[in-house]
Amino acid sequence: MQGTVRIGAGLGFYGDAWEPVAASIERGGVHYIASDHLAELTLAILQKDRQRDNTLGYARDVVPMLMKLRPLMQARGVKFICNAGGLNPAGAGAALCAAFAARGWKVRIAVVTGDEVLSQLNAIAPPHMFNGQAFESVRERMVFANAYVGARPIVSALQQGADIVVTGRVADAALFLAPLVHEFNWKLEDANTPADLDRLAQGLAVGHLLECSGQGSGGNFGSQDAWKAIPDLAHIGYPIAEVGENGSALITKAQGTGGRINFDTVRQQLLYEVHDPAHYASPDVVMDLSAVRLQDLGNDAVRMTGVRGHARPAQLKVVGGFRDGYKAEVTWGFSWPDAYDKALAAVDMVKAQLADRRMGHDELFVEFPGLNSAHGPLAPLPSSEALAELNEVWVRLVIRTQDKAVADGFGRLFPWMALSGPAYTCGFHGLNSSSELLGIWPALIDRQAVEAAVRVEVLQS
Amino acid sequence: MKVQLVKLAHARSGDKADWVDFGLFAWNEAGYRLIEREVTAGRVQAHFAPWLPGQVTCWRLPNILALKLVLQGALQGGGARNLRMDNLGKSMAAALLRMEIEVSPEEFAEAVAALRVGWWPG
Repeated sequence: MQGTVRIGAGLGFYGDAWEPVAASIERGGVHYIASDHLAELTLAILQKDRQRDNTLGYARDVVPMLMKLRPLMQARGVKFICNAGGLNPAGAGAALCAAFAARGWKVRIAVVTGDEVLSQLNAIAPPHMFNGQAFESVRERMVFANAYVGARPIVSALQQGADIVVTGRVADAALFLAPLVHEFNWKLEDANTPADLDRLAQGLAVGHLLECSGQGSGGNFGSQDAWKAIPDLAHIGYPIAEVGENGSALITKAQGTGGRINFDTVRQQLLYEVHDPAHYASPDVVMDLSAVRLQDLGNDAVRMTGVRGHARPAQLKVVGGFRDGYKAEVTWGFSWPDAYDKALAAVDMVKAQLADRRMGHDELFVEFPGLNSAHGPLAPLPSSEALAELNEVWVRLVIRTQDKAVADGFGRLFPWMALSGPAYTCGFHGLNSSSELLGIWPALIDRQAVEAAVRVEVLQS
Repeated sequence: MKVQLVKLAHARSGDKADWVDFGLFAWNEAGYRLIEREVTAGRVQAHFAPWLPGQVTCWRLPNILALKLVLQGALQGGGARNLRMDNLGKSMAAALLRMEIEVSPEEFAEAVAALRVGWWPG
C-alpha cells in the first residue's frame, strides 16, 4: 500500500461504549477498527459465563456492536478486528454469523483459534512469572489458560479477504499491528534489520496507544485541575492513528468529538501498564521507548517517532486463572452522631458472630468508602473531633473464605442488627453478594507449540 | 520546602497480576528536573510502605519527561481476588501524587511558572 493507513480504536474493554467508534467510522476516515475486549480480568469473567453455558465464554457485546457498526463500515469499506472471542472465538463467530444471516447480510468473518493452552500448561507446569510460586500449588484449581498470540493469524485472515476478524487471547496491541503488517507487507517473523524491527515496534506502540479507547484521548486523565480543561468527555472521540510505511504515526481523533489528544494525554497512555520501558515484550517484537519522541502539533494531533524494536521473545506470555476461594461483601451505613464509632462497633459485632458461629475464613477485609477505600492508610483521616462530627459513615465488610457456605451465609449475619445494633443505620447493601474468586497465573510458554495449533477459519454469513 | 507531587506532575496507574505500575509525568522540563532528582525507587517504596510494603522499581524517560514506577505486591494477589473496592488500583496513581518532595521555593516557582509542553488551549 502507498501512503498511510488509518486505524481507529474500538472498545477498550468488554462493556465499553461504541458510539465513539461510529464517529471514527463516519467522520474519522479510518480503514480499520481494532477493538480490544479483553483485560487480564476479563477472561476470569468469561470463564464464569462458560461454566454456566459452554456456548458462551466470549464478549457478548460484540454482536449488538457490530449490528450497529457493520452497515457504517460496509458503506466505507472499513474492516474490523477484535479479540472478543475471549475463551470461545468459535462461539463468537457463530453468533455473529447467525445475527448477520438473520438480516440477510453477507459478511466474511475469520475466526482465529488455538490460544487455549491449559493442557500444555499442565504438562510443563511453569512457575508464576512474577513471584516464582510453584505450579503445583494451583494445578488442581486451574480453570483456563490462554497464550497471548501475535499478529500473524490476523494478517492471514486479512489476506483471505475477511471483513471481520474475531480472535481469542491475541495480544491487545497485535490487533493494531496486524493490519499494518498486512497493508505495508512488513516483515514479521523474519524481521531482522533495525528498520524492520523499529517499524514493527512503532506499529506496536500505535496499538498500545489505541487499545484502551478513550484513555488514549483524554479520558481518565489523572491530574489535579487539568482534567477539567478536557472538553466534552460525554462525546469523547476515541484515538485514531495515521501510520506511514516506515511506521511513523500521527495520533488524532474524529472532527467534532470531545476529549483531547496532546503530549500529556498521549504519554499517559504510552506508559500505561508498561514495566521496563526499554523492554516491553509482545509476541511480535520487543518495544523500546527509550528514544520515543512525541511532537505535539496542536489541534488534537501528536506525531510519534523513534520507537525502537528488538527481536521477538522465544516464549509467549500465558494468562491462567485458578479458583481461589470465595468472597461476600456487605456495605452498611450510619448517620451522625458518632457515625464512625458506630461503624467500628458494627464491625466488632460481625467479628463476634463469625467467631460464635465458627465461620472459617481467611480474612475479613474492612474499608470505609468515602474515607479510606482508595488509598488505605495513605489517606489522612480527619481529626478525632471532625471524625466524630461526620455526617455519615459507610463501612464495607468483605469476607474471604475457602468455604462457599460461609460466603453464602455472610449476608445473613446482618439483617437482625438493623434493630439490635447501633442506631441511625442507613441500610445494608449486598446481602446476597457471594461470588467465587479467581487468581491470575501469568507464565511463559515456548511459542512453537502454541503457534502450531493456531488456526484461521473463514465463515460466510 | 515540601511540595506534593500533584503540584508538579500528573500520573496514571495500571495493573498486571499483583503489580501496580505508575507513569509519572512532569508538565515541563523544569518540573522534570525536580522529580528526576527527588523521586527515587527507595522514596516511593517508603511512601507506600505504611499501606503496601512491596518493592518498587523506577525507570527514567527524559525524552518524554516521565518516570515509570512499578510497585510489587500491591493488589492482594491480583485484581480478580482483590477485596478492595478499587480492585485494579485505578486510583493508586493519586496516592503517588500525595507524596511530598523537597524543593527550594525558587525551583518550585520556576517549575510552576514554566509553560506546559502539551497543547492546552484556553
